[in-house]
This record gives sequence, C-alpha cells and structure tokens, in this order.
Amino acid sequence: MDMKMEGQVRIPSGCAIAAVISKEGYLMSGEMICNAMKPMHDRSNGLGGGFAGYGIYPQYQDFYALHMFFNERATRKNCESFLKERFEIVHSEIIPTRKIPAITDEPIIWRYFVSPLKSVLASMQLDEKEFVARTVMQINTEMKGAYVFSSGKNMGAFKAVGFPEDVGMFYRLEEYQGYSWTAHGRYPTNTPGWWGGAHPFTLLDWSIVHNGEISSYDANRRFIEMFGYKCTLKTDTEVITYIMDYLIRRQGLTLGEAASVIAAPFWSTIERKKDVEDKNKHIYLRTLFPSLLITGPFSIVLGFNGGLMALNDRLKLRSMVVGEKGDKVYIASEEAAIRTMEPEAENIWAPAGGEPVIVKVKDGVTG
Amino acid sequence: MKKINIVDLDYKTINHKLRETEGDITLCGCCGQRFIAAGMSDKNIIIEGVPGNALGAYLNGASVTVNANAQDAVGDTMNEGKIVVHGHIGDAAGYAMRGGKIFVKGNAGYRAGIHMKAYKEKQPVMVIGGTAGSFLGEYQAGGIIVVLGLEAKKHNIVGFFPCTGMHGGKMFLRSDCKNVVFPNQVTARAAKDKDLDELTEYVREYCALFGYDMDQLMRSPFTVVTPDSKNPYQQMYVAN
Repeated sequence: MDMKMEGQVRIPSGCAIAAVISKEGYLMSGEMICNAMKPMHDRSNGLGGGFAGYGIYPQYQDFYALHMFFNERATRKNCESFLKERFEIVHSEIIPTRKIPAITDEPIIWRYFVSPLKSVLASMQLDEKEFVARTVMQINTEMKGAYVFSSGKNMGAFKAVGFPEDVGMFYRLEEYQGYSWTAHGRYPTNTPGWWGGAHPFTLLDWSIVHNGEISSYDANRRFIEMFGYKCTLKTDTEVITYIMDYLIRRQGLTLGEAASVIAAPFWSTIERKKDVEDKNKHIYLRTLFPSLLITGPFSIVLGFNGGLMALNDRLKLRSMVVGEKGDKVYIASEEAAIRTMEPEAENIWAPAGGEPVIVKVKDGVTG
Repeated sequence: MKKINIVDLDYKTINHKLRETEGDITLCGCCGQRFIAAGMSDKNIIIEGVPGNALGAYLNGASVTVNANAQDAVGDTMNEGKIVVHGHIGDAAGYAMRGGKIFVKGNAGYRAGIHMKAYKEKQPVMVIGGTAGSFLGEYQAGGIIVVLGLEAKKHNIVGFFPCTGMHGGKMFLRSDCKNVVFPNQVTARAAKDKDLDELTEYVREYCALFGYDMDQLMRSPFTVVTPDSKNPYQQMYVAN
C-alpha cells in the first residue's frame, strides 16, 4: 500500500507537550519528563515522540552537538567527509539506545561534537551560528538519507516514531542530566509520521514542541524561505522554529516581541490598549512582520540555552497550564502531567492566548 | 462511601468499576484519566486528584465532586446532574451542556459555556466563582452562566470577546463591567431586583457549597447580559 501523503489523509489532532526547567540551573535526569507524558498517553497515537534536554553535554559545551539520522552506512561515511571539510570533529559516536519492542525500524543515529573551522568561517565571512545553521540546511536539503535533527551547544533533541514514554526509554534519557527539558507526543494530522517529522524541531539551540495545526503555514513558509531557511519536512512546526531563529537571532527581537509577532493581538484589541508605548509597539510589529503571524491552534514550548518560553495562539485553541514548586517551573498540555512531575506543584494557572511565559535560568549557569 | 484506588487504571476500567459499584464512591489517586463518569445517571462520585478531560461528559443525573482542579471540557454535553469543582477548571467547560449544574469554586479557562443550550424544563446552569477567560458564553443558545469574580484582584472578571455569537440564555457578571466590551448583538445592563431574585437561587447554592457569605456577595453590582432578540443573526448568512 502506498504511504498516504499530505492532503490524502487527515486524523483528528491531539498532541501533548510538557516541559520543566530549574531556575537555579539544578540538573534533573530525563526520567521525570518521560513520566510526565504517561498520563497524556491518549493525546498521541504512537507516530512520534521526542524530547529536548538543555545542559546535557557539559563536557562538550563549547561544541555544536549534531544529532543525525542516516539511512545507511555509506550515507554516514559520505556525510562525515562533508563535515570534516567544514568542522573540527572533537568526538563522534553512536547515540546509545535501548532495544525495545515498541520502537522499530530505527535509522542509524549518531552524534558529532563539532567546531566550525576558522579558515572556512573567514573565507565565507560568516559568523559561527550562521555557518552552522546554513550547513544544517544544506545537509537536510541536499544530502539524501542524512538528516540533522539537533545542532545546538550543550543541548540535544531525541526523537523517534513511537509513543513519547517509549521514545524516552529507547534513548536512555534517564542517563542524561539537564536543567531544562521539553517533550512532545505526536498525533500527526496532515503528514505521515516519520522519524524526522517527530518533535522537537530544532535549529542551533532553538527547539520547538508544538500541539496544534498552523493554518498560515504556506504564508509563513513563503516568507521565511526568502531568508535562506528551507522547510524540508512539509510539516508545520518546522516553520515556527525558523521564524523564531529569524526574529530573535537575526532581527534581534526579544522573546516577548517575537511572541507578539506570531501570536499578535487582534487589531481591535491593540486599538483599545491604554499604554501608548505598548500600543505603538504592537502596531509596529504587526505592520513589519504581517507574514509571520501564525494563525490556527497552537500551544508551543520554545527551548533555548538558558531558558524556555511557552505560548498559546491568540485565540487559545489549545490547552496549556503552568505550575511551580521551589526553583522549578512546569508546563504541560494537562495539569495531570505537572502533577506527575511534582504532586505538590503550586500556583497552577493557564496563561491567556498570546501571553508568553518566559522562564530563564539565573545568570552564569548555562553553557 | 466506597473507595476505589484508580492509580494507573485507564478510563475504561474506571468507568466499568463505577458502573458495577453500588452506592456512593470515592475515586482516589486520579491523575488525568479522561471521561470519568461519562453518561452516568445515578451515582454520587467524589474524585481525589486531578481528573482528565471531558469529566462527566454526557452526564445524565449523577453528582460529581472534585476536590482539586479539573481540566478541559468539564460536563461536555451534559444533560442532567451536578458537577462541583473545588478548584479551577480548564477550557470549554460546559461545552454544549443542555441541563444540570456546574459549580466551580475558582476560575474557568477560555470558552466556558460555549454553545450552552436549553429546552423547556432543561435549563443548564454554570456558576464560576472566580474569573472567566475569553469567549465566555460563545454561541450561547440557552441556560444561565454566572461569574462572581471572587479574588479577581487585578484581573477583569472576564477576558476578551465574551458572548460572541450569543443568541439565547442569560449571563450574570458580578461587576459593573465598565472594562468589558460586549458585541453589538447583546444587551448588557445593570441587574434589577427581578434579575437578582432569579440569581439568588444560584448564588445561594454556590455559597453553601464553598462557604461564602451570600449577603456580602449580593451587595455588589451585577450586570445581566442577554441577546437582543431571538434571532439576532438573521441577516448574517441568509435571510431566515
């Protein structure tokens, strides 16, 4: 039977997201975030699960950690030659996994800790991050059978086709220690579930987990592709990752401003704002980036080095709750997931649509 | 009162156990299981822990008490019975409910009372003690929604776009609603004595459940919202 492609099949959406961060930068094993996904099991359908952990590679914190899928050994060899021409590879290895019946048909999964060659950067006149981002785009669009699914420093994404709690078991996440974790359980609606299409979607240290469906995908894609981003996965979440990279890294917007672009208030709401400065800022952002307004339902968690941001679409068509306990902040599609991580969580609240929740680790503890 | 520990049980098993158990029941260790008490008619159920989405969906006369927060779509399409939540509730509470009562001690999320409806003796009632999120009573077609705004502090009693598409039923907000923008198709006015007589019944029940002083609550101004006519949207799509 042919695999159904986009537009040929539609499954009602669910999806689950969860996240935890220590504001003090204390490390937590990946076990807790795996457990958080269990009460939300029915929100996924086994066609994708994944995690992002921050602070997990302190021994290589100055190097970009490339997590890669390969379809076969020859592709890997070929890709390694490509990488060696551009990067110093200080360490490379198979990402350790555990054979479990729930996860099958895995590709070849490797990681490389790399640093761009100074001579290459100088000749291309690019800064380090731009060079890494372009290289990731190049591999993902031009090298058949190779896919970079994580490319930040001191962080990593882990994803697969399966239920999230099984994916966490598969990748042995209990063996990693991070100050921040995000998670996703997938219920794909418009595209077939495959390993690369699982969340998180990442670029550099940005990672996005997303519950929802973006109505504005094509408008957003057309705009962002003008700036060198390539939407290779035909799935909507990818474009959010690139939008955030574009707005924050390249345009220099704050997280809050980026949130006001993608989940902009209605013009009628802006019109009634009493704070003139705030009002003018919103008018400016909507006017300057109209093509980056994301419409349709979404709840997302954006992870990055040193923090995370949770955000709902402006109509709040997906659920999201936040809770706290001590130095930790918990975010999830359902309170049950928060209670699984911390039964005594306090100040449980639901942020309004378009209201970003930004949590940063205190200065000096991030890589 | 029989106790059932539901840690690690799925919703199908839980509802099966509820159906086969006689008398009042307490469910212990609840953590996110969906559809609890769905369609049930003759039970008295207490839930310890956080129940999952669609608690009491299609409820048909049973009484459900939650001693924690509840998640999304509480009382989805419920027909009869009572749901009492001693905490906050998530989005879309009372979605399309057509009978029975929901009492929430704290706040409600977005779209509370969306598409609530009424028919003859079926008059659903939802009382929210705290504040309500945006799109309160979206497409409300019948029934009563009461929001008390207790402990609202700096928050408005209701978020943006309340009563969008409302074409039936009634809403009471314990506020003068000076900061609230209503759509053109509804009328929001200060409550009169006659309105307050009707409201007293619901507020009394809320106060009895959660231990508030009714006289004190009723001293504040209330705003009553009703649609302008029985068919305020007749020109919107086709003339009907």
